[in-house]
Amino acid sequence: MKKDIILCGVGGQGILSIATVIGEAATKAGLYLKQAEVHGMSQRGGDVQSNLRLSTETIWSDLIPQGGADVVISMEPMESLRYLPYLAKTGVIVTSCKPFINIPNYPDEAELMAELEALPAVVKMDIEQVAHEAGNPRGANMVLLGMAAPSIEILSVEQLRQAIATIFARKGEAVVEANLRAFDCGVAVSQKQ
Amino acid sequence: MKRLLLGDEAIALGAIHAGLSGVYAYPGTPSTEITEFIQGDPLAQKRGVHSRWCTNEKTAMEAALGMSYAGKRALVCMKHVGMNVCADAFVNAAITGVHGGLIVLAADDPSMHSSQNEQDSRFYAKFALVPTFEPSNQQEAYDMVASAFELSERLREPVVLRVVTRLAHSRAAVEVGEPLAEKPLNVSTERWVLLPGIARKRYDALIAKQPEMEQAAEDSIYNKVEQCAEAPRLGIVACGIAYNYVKEVVGEKANLLKVSQYPLPAAAVQALAASNDAILVVEDGQPVVEEQVKGLLGAGYPVKGRLTGDLPRTGELTPDAVAKALGQPAGSAFAPAKHLAARPPQLCQGCGHRDVYTALNQVLADYPTHRVFGDIGCYTLGALPPYQSLSSCVDMGASITMAKGAADAGLFPAVAVIGDSTFTHSGMTGLLDAVNDHSPITVIISDNLTTGMTGGQDSAGTNKFEAICLGLGVEPEHLHVVVPLPKNMAEITRIIREEIEYKGVSVIIPRRECIQTAARHAREARKAKEEKK
Repeated sequence: MKKDIILCGVGGQGILSIATVIGEAATKAGLYLKQAEVHGMSQRGGDVQSNLRLSTETIWSDLIPQGGADVVISMEPMESLRYLPYLAKTGVIVTSCKPFINIPNYPDEAELMAELEALPAVVKMDIEQVAHEAGNPRGANMVLLGMAAPSIEILSVEQLRQAIATIFARKGEAVVEANLRAFDCGVAVSQKQ
Repeated sequence: MKRLLLGDEAIALGAIHAGLSGVYAYPGTPSTEITEFIQGDPLAQKRGVHSRWCTNEKTAMEAALGMSYAGKRALVCMKHVGMNVCADAFVNAAITGVHGGLIVLAADDPSMHSSQNEQDSRFYAKFALVPTFEPSNQQEAYDMVASAFELSERLREPVVLRVVTRLAHSRAAVEVGEPLAEKPLNVSTERWVLLPGIARKRYDALIAKQPEMEQAAEDSIYNKVEQCAEAPRLGIVACGIAYNYVKEVVGEKANLLKVSQYPLPAAAVQALAASNDAILVVEDGQPVVEEQVKGLLGAGYPVKGRLTGDLPRTGELTPDAVAKALGQPAGSAFAPAKHLAARPPQLCQGCGHRDVYTALNQVLADYPTHRVFGDIGCYTLGALPPYQSLSSCVDMGASITMAKGAADAGLFPAVAVIGDSTFTHSGMTGLLDAVNDHSPITVIISDNLTTGMTGGQDSAGTNKFEAICLGLGVEPEHLHVVVPLPKNMAEITRIIREEIEYKGVSVIIPRRECIQTAARHAREARKAKEEKK
């Protein structure tokens, strides 16, 4: 079994912490993993992505081939559309529906949402609001991870929960609890959609 | 034990475990994380492995060569264009030879993710006549460091370790071993004096070592042949990370030669050619191997690759490009989105460089013939909207010297914008030229107290810029320090205007800490305070 995941967003939105949690869970589960990240200039407010590949067998390429991504996890709706050529026919897009507008030519929001909704498998939500309601305004990325969790399949929801506990342990019990709460809210969102 | 490591981190840990005594580097994407990892590694700290940033790649290369002269293992790291900066030292290190193992790590950036060209460092190694290792994955990156040090010491030559962005910045599990001890101080008794009479002998010695280097590549555990009776009669030469893309596409069904150690193993290439009808060369970067294979096999033998258009001539390799070259259909299930705009990087909100460009644009609006020569750093983004202030960005330090040359030609006003770290890297000598010529240029050293674009490393000249400029001969009345904030705009624009009108060298230093490092420092201070409680 293998799962190819594209994580994306705008530089500074914290996609790498999502990758760190999935990486921890995958390592603990004994899976093969390759994770290509973007460092450098693009991190300054530009589009960023990370190719995350998980498998029970050897993984060769660090990059996901076109049409190969099982899940696109995006912190920003327009950014989720950037990777459509990489999305597998049966792939799922899990995205925040709240635009991050730092460019003058951002597309028309209604048309953007219509294009997104026309795709076969999309889970979307205002993750910042969910995080706020969960009492963890900084936990939007964990809400998003929760929304994506059922689609990751090669790792169980519980394995991802444990990884969150491990990764945030050094920041204290309260931070772990807050992030787990955000994650659980995300899982609930995906079950409703 | 397995550890999840970036390619860069695997190299760093491999070096520490191979008994490294010093890493010498200037930050540059995608090589920066190697030195940062060594700086933070507990064993390296305990051993006192040298890891402080250098002023530029040339000083780094020379210091590493000095450590090698003293018998210890040294690593010098840079991005590909850093090879241009240290080329004089690098090429001549092959002539002197080395004593302790010396690895020159060059991180190439095909597709120019964070660079101004996509030059291939394997050309440099070939030019200097030294071996190259090119890992295909993170495990090889770790293992090869020890192999490269051993080969360097056996041949008594520097060895190049070449990676590309995709490996440098990709993470995978790496099986790590036990650390070796550092080498003891063992200063060379030879004289590395490259006077012509001696240099000719050393060059002959370097040439005489070539067969041994070639044999080492033929015998290398990193170069291997894979054969499959069911595969088409197309031999694939897959170099470094390209091997992964080939394996992704063809699995076991290929006749291939994996090349991860150079000089190119010619006998292995000839054997592959003899048992197939054509060769496809798959390499990330420029067609270095493709050209060599063509020469080796002669005009009658079909060799395909980037030069023939079977693979794209430019840009990073991808599994998709390799699939296409092997005749496999494209895999996209969805067409590119319609509602999509490019999102280029931009200066952070609140960044001091923004205030510098606001002030410059305001003043220069009154001088329609002006040009602003830029340099390399976050502030290069001042070339993009909304500022669009810059007319050039070429190489480290070129802002000052290009402004000078244009002023020599009669351009007025000629303004240079350079960052603090770039100024000490390669701007100081150019400023001396301008001072000696009394060139009518205005130099803005936008000082954010760090090397910002690569993530906030220490900047070599912090707290020394006024002294450096005065020492180079800038007149005190034409040296100004300002704080780039909107509330100081009237003062900043007045000073820029006055100095543009001065017909000699002026230096203006807008100084305010990078907001990224300022936030980090605030977090660290808060944490320290909490721990104290």
